[in-house]
Amino acid sequence: MTETTSAFGSSRVKRGLADMMKGGVIMDVVNAEQARIAEDAGAVAVMALERVPADIRSQGGVARMSDPDLIDSIIAEVSIPVMAKARIGHFVEAQILQALNVDYIDESEVLSPADYVNHIDKWNFTVPFVCGATNLGEALRRITEGAAMIRSKGEAGTGDVSEAMKHIRTIKGEVARLSALSKDELYVAAKELQAPYELVAEIASTGKLPVVLFVAGGVATPADAALMMQMGADGVFVGSGIFKSGNPQARANAIVKAVTFYDDPSVIASVSRGLGEAMVGINVSDLAAPHRLSERGW
Amino acid sequence: MSVGVLALQGDFREHAAVLRNLGAEVELIRRPEELARISGLVIPGGESSVMDKLARAFGLADPLAKAVRAGLPVYGTCAGLIMLADSVIDGIRGQQTIGGLDIAVRRNAFGSQTLSFETDLDVPVLGASPVHAVFIRAPVVETVGPRARALATLPDGRCVAVEQDNLLGTSFHPEISGEYRFHEYFLQKVADARFRH
Repeated sequence: MTETTSAFGSSRVKRGLADMMKGGVIMDVVNAEQARIAEDAGAVAVMALERVPADIRSQGGVARMSDPDLIDSIIAEVSIPVMAKARIGHFVEAQILQALNVDYIDESEVLSPADYVNHIDKWNFTVPFVCGATNLGEALRRITEGAAMIRSKGEAGTGDVSEAMKHIRTIKGEVARLSALSKDELYVAAKELQAPYELVAEIASTGKLPVVLFVAGGVATPADAALMMQMGADGVFVGSGIFKSGNPQARANAIVKAVTFYDDPSVIASVSRGLGEAMVGINVSDLAAPHRLSERGW
Repeated sequence: MSVGVLALQGDFREHAAVLRNLGAEVELIRRPEELARISGLVIPGGESSVMDKLARAFGLADPLAKAVRAGLPVYGTCAGLIMLADSVIDGIRGQQTIGGLDIAVRRNAFGSQTLSFETDLDVPVLGASPVHAVFIRAPVVETVGPRARALATLPDGRCVAVEQDNLLGTSFHPEISGEYRFHEYFLQKVADARFRH
């Protein structure tokens, strides 16, 4: 028998759970009943929160980590992974979420930031983190701080997919650009991206991020979800898009199928029928700048 | 003929990359008609409840179960192991499996993600050097029936790798740790099965 030591919370273990969620849909839920609907519909994980982004947006005020009782009730209801959000830089909320045994923490711009300078030092935790990004430099800074998964931010709570599109195109485009650079140019690229040279050089050689990349913020229909998958996303987060729609169960089912068959228009067409009303959207261009959540985080 | 990787959800691209590195021709499988083109199948890691739901919704579950019983070599990791188990403990409401392995598997047997881990594991059929095994919200084989055989156990005695004729299953993920020997072992089963036909 070999002498064995087990490692908990290693990068491989943290990033590995995100690998297992690829090709899947992570759904925002605000209570155990919604969590049950999400699991039955084929969600790969649920995001437990008190208010979906559309309500945070309309109700205003400071948005914080959810009540531990709410998170407990959702963990008790489902057997798929449960994620929960902490405010940017609020490492005590993250400590609490880890103590509650959530499976992933989202350090999220959807909540009100707790620190306008620093993000959480995510290496200090056993639980993995997902963070939002609007471009490659932001993604690499989060990975440097220990994020084990990245989601493009989009504009949460709008049902407008245009920001999500902009962010995934930006990140994919910047990764592709790095692959074409010579070594001396990579030093400058690292400086411009405000990210460590080693990480930049790794991406230039592999042609992809070292962690899983999901898309979030504005996905409301099966077609939106398939669009993001065709753009090269590893999977999608759907926030307000499901439970703010006319028939959450049918829409959740349909989005799951559209993500698996993202490149088959006949399947996407068939699952898009009879879903009732999509969430009422807000055009991102109609939002005044202070109300754009994607501009939180840096 | 090529080797398929079930591509409904999960880390199917990692499996495809390992198999291609070992020289296999790989097809990603999502539809029943695609099963005719393959001489072996890998069911990847992912969420077993999602794979089960999609496999049934798109008519893949029954033909796959028939193919397994007709001798198609299949290797399942984590969620894939659950899909191959005759019986699943702690599944979601209504969860079904393709079955074939005479085992009972407990889903998510270690607890939340903070209890996921990596460790070295002795797997005698793969040789003396240990396998580096990554367990992510992993299942364990709680009961090994008379037709199945345990290939590896944790120090506490819990079974985490099994085989039975054409079938191979592991609780952990060789596809993300650079460990190729399970896939080689599986490709040998594929080659043997083709020879027999």
